[in-house]
Amino acid sequence: MAEQAVRIREDILKGADSPDLLGWLDKPYKAEIELRGKITRSLVEEISRIKKEPDWMRRLRLRSLELFYKLPMPKWIVGIEEIDLDVLSHYVKPEAQTTDEWQDLPEQMRRYYEKLGLPELEAKFLAGLVAVYDSETVYARMKEYLRRKGVIVLPLEEAVQKYPDLVKKYFLRVFPPSDHKFAALHGALWSGGTFIYVPPGVKVREPIESFFLIGRQGEGQFEHSLIVADEGSYVHWIEGCSAPRFVGYSFHNGMVEAYAHRNATVKITTIQNWSRNVINFNNKRGIAEEGARVDWVEGSIGSRMTYVYPSTILKGDNSSTRSVVVTLSKGPYLKDSGSKVIHVGANTKSKIVNKSISAEGGVNVYRGIVRIVRGAKNANAHVECDSLILDGKSKAHTFPHNQVDEPTASVSHEAKTGRLSEQQLFYLTSRGLTDDEAKSLIVLGFLDEIMTELPIEYANVLHRVIQLEFSELGAVG
Amino acid sequence: MPGLEVENLHVRIENKKILHGITLNVEYGSIHAIMGPNGSGKSSLAYTIMGRESYEVEEGDIRLDGESLLDLPTEERALKGIYMALQDPPQVPGVRLSTLMIAAINKKLGNLDLTRVKDPSIVKKMYKYAEELNLSRDILQREINVGFSGGEKKRSELLQALVLEPKVIILDEPDSGLDIDGVKKVANILKELKAEGKAIMLITHYARMFKYVTPDIVTVIIDGKIAVQGGPEVANLVEEKGYAYIRQRFFKR
Repeated sequence: MAEQAVRIREDILKGADSPDLLGWLDKPYKAEIELRGKITRSLVEEISRIKKEPDWMRRLRLRSLELFYKLPMPKWIVGIEEIDLDVLSHYVKPEAQTTDEWQDLPEQMRRYYEKLGLPELEAKFLAGLVAVYDSETVYARMKEYLRRKGVIVLPLEEAVQKYPDLVKKYFLRVFPPSDHKFAALHGALWSGGTFIYVPPGVKVREPIESFFLIGRQGEGQFEHSLIVADEGSYVHWIEGCSAPRFVGYSFHNGMVEAYAHRNATVKITTIQNWSRNVINFNNKRGIAEEGARVDWVEGSIGSRMTYVYPSTILKGDNSSTRSVVVTLSKGPYLKDSGSKVIHVGANTKSKIVNKSISAEGGVNVYRGIVRIVRGAKNANAHVECDSLILDGKSKAHTFPHNQVDEPTASVSHEAKTGRLSEQQLFYLTSRGLTDDEAKSLIVLGFLDEIMTELPIEYANVLHRVIQLEFSELGAVG
Repeated sequence: MPGLEVENLHVRIENKKILHGITLNVEYGSIHAIMGPNGSGKSSLAYTIMGRESYEVEEGDIRLDGESLLDLPTEERALKGIYMALQDPPQVPGVRLSTLMIAAINKKLGNLDLTRVKDPSIVKKMYKYAEELNLSRDILQREINVGFSGGEKKRSELLQALVLEPKVIILDEPDSGLDIDGVKKVANILKELKAEGKAIMLITHYARMFKYVTPDIVTVIIDGKIAVQGGPEVANLVEEKGYAYIRQRFFKR
C-alpha cells in the first residue's frame, strides 16, 4: 500500500512536467476571468466583487494594499527585480465551478488531475482533498466520517461566506500583512486555498491535502491556507505544489496560517516541485497555545527561486515545534530558507533541522531566527544546519540569528558543511558507480536521519525524487 | 590468459611527469608485488589503472584481457572487474559501508534501484567475510571510514574486495598499520584469492608481508621507472640492502 502511494506521489511530482500533459497546456486552460496589469485599488475591489465578499474582507484587502504601497522592498531578496508585478495576471478564474465530484469538472481539467493520479491518491490515503487551479478552488471534498465529527474542509472563499466569525478570528492575524511587503501583497490579492477547522478532541488520522497548480505563464498565484486545530485535536495537512513548464516565469506568493489551540497538534508537510520558471515566495506561520505543537516538514526541490521560512510562535507554556526543511538546488537555482521560532511561553521547546544540497551551480541560503523573549522560562531551542556541496560551482550560506532575552533559556546551534571531494567521488566510482549515482548515494545518506522521521510514503517519495534528480532521466528544467 | 597488462605507461599530473614507461603484467592466479620507496609512483600506477581524474596517460596502454581500458571512466573499469583497495580510503559521511557494497552489487547486476537488497544472500556474504576479517558486524552499518581505526580501514577495503568479487585486485599498502596477526590474516586471504584465480597486484613498501605470502613477481619502481623486475629474490634484495642500494645498482647515473 505504501509502495503504491509512493508510485502515485512520484507520478504527481514528476508527471506535471511530462510532455503528454503539456500537450494541451501549451494552450492554457480557458479562463473565465483574468485580471492582469498594475496593482490598483480597483483591481483589488474587482477581485472582492467577483468573490461576492462581505465588507470586512473587502476592507481587509484594501488595508493590505495600502501596506503594500507603503512597505519597502526587502533588500535581501535576490532576483526580485525579475518580477514585474505590473504585467502578471493577478487573478485567473478557470472556467470551472468548485465541485466535490471529479466527474463534474470540465473534461480536460479532470483528465489532467487523473493523469497526475490525484483522485486515486485521495480515495486511498487522504481524509480530504482541495485542488486549486490557478486562482480558484476547483475541487474540495472530505470523507464523510469527518463531516459527522464536525470537521470543516472548505475552499477559503466558501468558509468566508459560511463561517465568517471563525475565519475572521484567525485570518491574517497569525501572519499580519504588515509584516513585509509580500505579506501585504498577499493580503490584498489572496485567492483560492483551504480552510480547515478541527473541533475539540477530534483526531484526524489520515492527512488532508491541498494541491496547487499554476496552469499558465505570467501568473501570480496567491493561495491562502488556514488550518485551525481546536483544543486537544490533531490534524496533518499536506501541501503539494506543481506547475508544468512554460516559457515565461510565474510568481507564487502563498500563505499558510496555522493555529494550534491548547494541547492540539498541527503537522504541515510540503513537497514543492514547481517547475524551473516559478519564483516561489511563501509566508508560513503557526501559533501554538499551551501544550500545543506545530510541526513543519518542507521538502523544496523545484522552482527557480524559493523563499520559504516556516515559522512558529510558541505562545503558550509547554508548547513545542519541530521544523525540518530540506532544500535541493541542482542547477542555476536558488533556495533561500530557514525556520523561525519565537519562544514566548515557559518551558517551550523547539528543534530546527535544515539540510541543504547544492549541486551544479545551485545556491542554498539558510536564514533562520530563534528568538526567546524575556519570561520564556527554561525555553529550549536547538538548531542544526547541515549543508552538502557537491561541486566547486555550488554554494551554501548560513545566516543563523539567535536573540535570547531570557537568562534561564538554552539555545544550541550546530552547523556543518560537507563538500564532496574528488577523492570521495573517485572512491565511490572505483566501486562501479557513475558520478551521479555516487552523488545520489551521498545525498540520500545525508538525508537519512530525516527520512526516518517522515511518514514512510513521503520518505520514499523524496528518496525516489532525489534518485531521479541525479539520474539522466530526471534532469529538470 | 593475460589478465592485466601495463605497457610502456607514461603518466603526468598537470605538469609533473610521474611515470616513465612502466611495463608489467598481472596474471590470473598470481601475485605481482610492486615495491618502491615513498613517492616512487606505486600508488600513481594504481590510480592510473583505475582511471582517476588528473592522471593523464601520455603514452602506452593498460589492457584487461587484451582490451584497452584507456577510454573507459573509472566506474566502467570497476565493472569490468578491477578493484582497488586504497592505502588511505576517504571518509564518506552519510553512506554506510553496507549501502556502498549493495549499490555496487546492484550496479553490477544491472538493477536500477541501487539501494534495495534484492538477494538476501548478499547480506550473509557480508557477515561471513566481516567475521573472517575479525570485523564486527556493526561496521557494515557505520558510515564509510568515519571513525574507523587504521586497521578497520584496511580490513574494510579487503572486505569489499571479497564481497564484490573482482577479477583483478590492486592492494595499495594493505599491511601498513596492521599488527602481526593482521598481516598474517591479510596474507592468508591473498593466498586464497590467488588460489581462486584472481590477479593480484600488491603494492608495498616493506617486504615483511612476504614472510607469509610469497609473490610470484616483484617489480621495484623508483622515480617512476622500473629499477628491477624478478622473482621473490628481488624482495629479499630490497629487504637486505634498501632502496638506495637498488637505485645505485640498477640506474645508471
